[in-house]
Amino acid sequence: MKTGIYPGCSLNGSARDYNESVFALADAFGLPLEQVSDWNCCGATAAHNLNKNLSLALPARILSLAEQNGMDEIVVPCAACYHRLIVTQNELRKDPELKNQVCEILEMDYKGTSRIINVIEWIDKYIVPDLEGKIVKPFDHKVACYYGCLLVRPHKVLAYDRPEDPQSMDQVMTKIGATSVYYPYKTECCGAGFSISRTDIVSKLSGKIVEDAESRGADAIIVACPMCHSNLDMRRNDINKYWGKSFKIPVIFITQAVGLAIGLSAKNVGLKRHFVEVNIS
Amino acid sequence: MARIGVFVCHCGENISATVDCTKVAESIGKLRHVALSTEYKYMCSDPGQTLIKDAIKEHNLTGIVVSACSPRMHEPTFRRACAEGGLNPFLCEMANLREHCSWVHEKNDLTTEKAIDIVRTQVEKVKLNHALQPIRVPVTKRSLVIGGGIAGIQAALDIANTGHKVVMVERSPSIGGHMSQLSETFPTLDCSQCILTPRMVEVAQHPNITLYTYAEVESVEGFIGNFKVKIRKKAKSLDEKVCTGCGLCITKCPQKKIPNEFEQGMGMRPAIYTPFPQAVPNRPVIDREHCTYYIKGKCKVCEIVCPTKAIRFDQADEILDIDIGAIVMATGFDIKHADFFPEYGYGKYKDVIDGLQFERLASASGPTSGVILRPSDGQVPKNIVFVACAGSRDPAKGIEYCSKICCMYTAKHAMLYKHKVHEGKAYIFYMDIRAGGKNYEEFVRRAIEEDHVEYVRGRISTIFEKDGKLIVKGADTLLGGQPVEVVADMVVLATAGVASSGAEELAQKLHISYDAHKFFAEAHPKLKPVETNTAGIFLAGACQNPKDIPDSVSQASGAAVKVAALFSQDELTREPLVAQINRMAPPLYSTCVACELCIPVCPYQAIAMEEFKNRDGKVIRRAAKINEGLCQGCGTCVAICRSKSIDLYGYSNNQVYAEVVAMLNEY
Amino acid sequence: MSHTETLTEKSTLAYNIEKYVDVISRKCYQCGKCSAGCPVADEMDLPPSMVMRLLQTETALNDEKILRSHSIWLCVTCEMCLGRCPMDIDIPSLMDFLRQKSLKEKKVNPKARNIIAFHKSFLNSIRLTGRLFELGLTLDYKRRSMTLMQDIQLAPRMISRGKLHFIPEIIKGKAHLGKIFKKTK
Repeated sequence: MKTGIYPGCSLNGSARDYNESVFALADAFGLPLEQVSDWNCCGATAAHNLNKNLSLALPARILSLAEQNGMDEIVVPCAACYHRLIVTQNELRKDPELKNQVCEILEMDYKGTSRIINVIEWIDKYIVPDLEGKIVKPFDHKVACYYGCLLVRPHKVLAYDRPEDPQSMDQVMTKIGATSVYYPYKTECCGAGFSISRTDIVSKLSGKIVEDAESRGADAIIVACPMCHSNLDMRRNDINKYWGKSFKIPVIFITQAVGLAIGLSAKNVGLKRHFVEVNIS
Repeated sequence: MARIGVFVCHCGENISATVDCTKVAESIGKLRHVALSTEYKYMCSDPGQTLIKDAIKEHNLTGIVVSACSPRMHEPTFRRACAEGGLNPFLCEMANLREHCSWVHEKNDLTTEKAIDIVRTQVEKVKLNHALQPIRVPVTKRSLVIGGGIAGIQAALDIANTGHKVVMVERSPSIGGHMSQLSETFPTLDCSQCILTPRMVEVAQHPNITLYTYAEVESVEGFIGNFKVKIRKKAKSLDEKVCTGCGLCITKCPQKKIPNEFEQGMGMRPAIYTPFPQAVPNRPVIDREHCTYYIKGKCKVCEIVCPTKAIRFDQADEILDIDIGAIVMATGFDIKHADFFPEYGYGKYKDVIDGLQFERLASASGPTSGVILRPSDGQVPKNIVFVACAGSRDPAKGIEYCSKICCMYTAKHAMLYKHKVHEGKAYIFYMDIRAGGKNYEEFVRRAIEEDHVEYVRGRISTIFEKDGKLIVKGADTLLGGQPVEVVADMVVLATAGVASSGAEELAQKLHISYDAHKFFAEAHPKLKPVETNTAGIFLAGACQNPKDIPDSVSQASGAAVKVAALFSQDELTREPLVAQINRMAPPLYSTCVACELCIPVCPYQAIAMEEFKNRDGKVIRRAAKINEGLCQGCGTCVAICRSKSIDLYGYSNNQVYAEVVAMLNEY
Repeated sequence: MSHTETLTEKSTLAYNIEKYVDVISRKCYQCGKCSAGCPVADEMDLPPSMVMRLLQTETALNDEKILRSHSIWLCVTCEMCLGRCPMDIDIPSLMDFLRQKSLKEKKVNPKARNIIAFHKSFLNSIRLTGRLFELGLTLDYKRRSMTLMQDIQLAPRMISRGKLHFIPEIIKGKAHLGKIFKKTK
């Protein structure tokens, strides 16, 4: 079973902290993570909003490259990329004519055989079995696990966890010693790709998510998506200004939380790169 | 020498507009053994039938073929005409020129030729028909009513009042069903128990009704008029003849914290209990799963305090064997509970309740004595959001049907709340308002106009908890989909009505059909709503599909009259088109090789083995035998018999072969 | 008894949506659950249930309203609507189709200009280098939308945290990507 990784543009760019934490964790558990060779952007929201064929061709190229790399499994830490890859795989499987059309555009072979997993599944499969003995600093805090939209919807295609009140992230956090609070905003949208073009919408929606987490007594919001992180963390000033409040709750990637629990330093897991200060020990 | 009469019907224009009936009659008239071949506009009419009767006498017919509609329409009509004309009714066949020909083709020569082919095959078949006699079976004039809700009660009373015996079986300790849990009924706002309990008492006291509560049907064998039923009387752990129903044991039982099923979990009950104070029979039962004595071997307080020494801890279940002639299914329905809804919290929120739980809150005999209180903190809710269509009309959740009663009871709930909490605000989020019964629309208007219930058209997307209140997010589609958010003290979900638990298993025990949602299937959706496809078993009430009390009562009375009709004769006649396993002289007795393959494949359990014994009583031969009372003539056994020992009256191998040959050849 | 096509007007959006996206707009019984759960419904001129109703009328007038609406661009593609729809109507795919058609027919609502500018800048960046160059994206967006001073205050903190790269990463298959863009134009 060869497991590759598709980091995606965010992890390569502004979500550098996420990238660092994923690889730090992989290192600590001796897990090989080869990147899909010469990978391209999956097209994210822009492609499927403007151009159907492009929105399928870009992910198909990535999957085809992964097949050439002999990857049976691809870990995709970015939830949006994870969503696009699985949706594309599904569309091309359902419609063979469409698949041929896309292969013609790509001038590449495509079988659709790789299994695409998100970062929580990766943790569950490869890290949790060896976790218990390795915890040196239990994450003894109250956390609000924020899943966002694209990890769990559309449920019929992704078939991951459950779309209402998912529990997979909460369970991982419990295993590293955290207490997960009741958090009804866990699958409400943060504003997604409107960070630059409609910052007001992001401020409004992300603000609700942050406010609810703080009001429930959570010490941190745990995320598994770089877009969500950016909206909840980097945009915190905008959120505070929009709501006239001063929300202080930090936003931590799940890989960072697990990394801290097994004794990796804050710097190792990229905590110093956050906008909102992470001062929980 | 065969003398066949053929009558080609025009069926008004249904057949003649597409098929040349004159040509058909002419062509058939030329066939060998056809003594008469004629046409007429409406064969099923009086003159049409007279035509048949006269022709039989005039031409000395030995068989007739009526070429008209489907036998499912008029076979009984023409068989009766045949019999009245002096010819055995089973020497009458129908050739389907309507559903099989004129209704599915265009008008042209080929269609007429097909019609001729169809009639010809029936002519060749009828030549091989036997003059059969109807099968007669005796009728046991005792009925079984399964279920003691309002439908079962009504059916039992109606049958008992015709003078016939009824055995009623109810699995909970008391009869009454869901109607006994309601506070008030629409559209009159009558107190539900007040109108129900007199009927319950009538059932208990009626000389023709034998009531078994805390009992279930164990097995059913047999056939219409001759069912053999085993009933399991679950051990109540007391001697009913000695118990006076004083209730002392109930007050003294130390185990008081068992969730009360009657109160839908909103209140508690002890381990020895009656479901509600007006229970019929008013005898408690011991819940052995929760009773300290059965779990740990200690306590026995009830036995100590009982003034008549009625407690019997060692009592065992009792199995009763009863002969029954007809069965009425009245097992009712259930509703989905709050944990079915992921977007409404998976049952986590104490203040999100379902309709039956609200009924218990509103009921004067309920856990809060009729005061509407929030289950979480016992406060009076200042507003309530009622969610209609919670689960119903929702293909994504697997329930695509409408549960029919929710629009009405939601309006009722809102009105009850407003009557009890004058300053309270009631919201109903709905999709449509289905108020089709008598005085139903007026009832809903009263809720809106007099009681100021606010109706918002739109479904609720999600409900979650914040600071002890419930945040309800809906939309108003009449305002263009405008989002509406309500901070509610309580939410009542009008959840979907579903089949009663155990319905599927019971249907399988009784061999009756049921649909994908486990509701029992009626024999015909329009014209046979109280019969099932299994002869002798009838339906009443919500076990067929969710319905309100007037409809349940009507249907129950309908089922009762079917039972009474059955019991009005001492003998039943059945169509003799059944299978027959050949018999011949000893020592062969039959070509049947006793492989017993036919027995498991018969869907009606109609085949058993017969033993042939010699003079010393030793079994020398075994062969299968058909029970004519049960056989429905489906032909499965005929197909599977490897030694070709089984044939079907009316559809024998020779007859079918003759039809095929006739279809392929023009004589 | 032949079964005639129920949607005979081939020019209507509803027909095209049924044909290309496999969504049957007739299934919608206007329950409003989508609008109730949509995070941006209160900003929209046409909440999702209204879009469905306008589609169902199959008139040119209402089709125009949809294509020229702000709503289809305000949609954040969170898929909450499909997640709760009792009829499992694939509204996200439907919205994608409407957006693509609106752009193709040049009927884009002027209020959505910035949103589209962002998407176009995004795709432009990928076309040039194969992977998103965030700085390039931002500059291109500012040029298109004339929002030169927006988020300027974020820049220093991003740079100090190592989150802003100044040099784009160009993949080896850049030419291949250019070809893909050309073929899918």
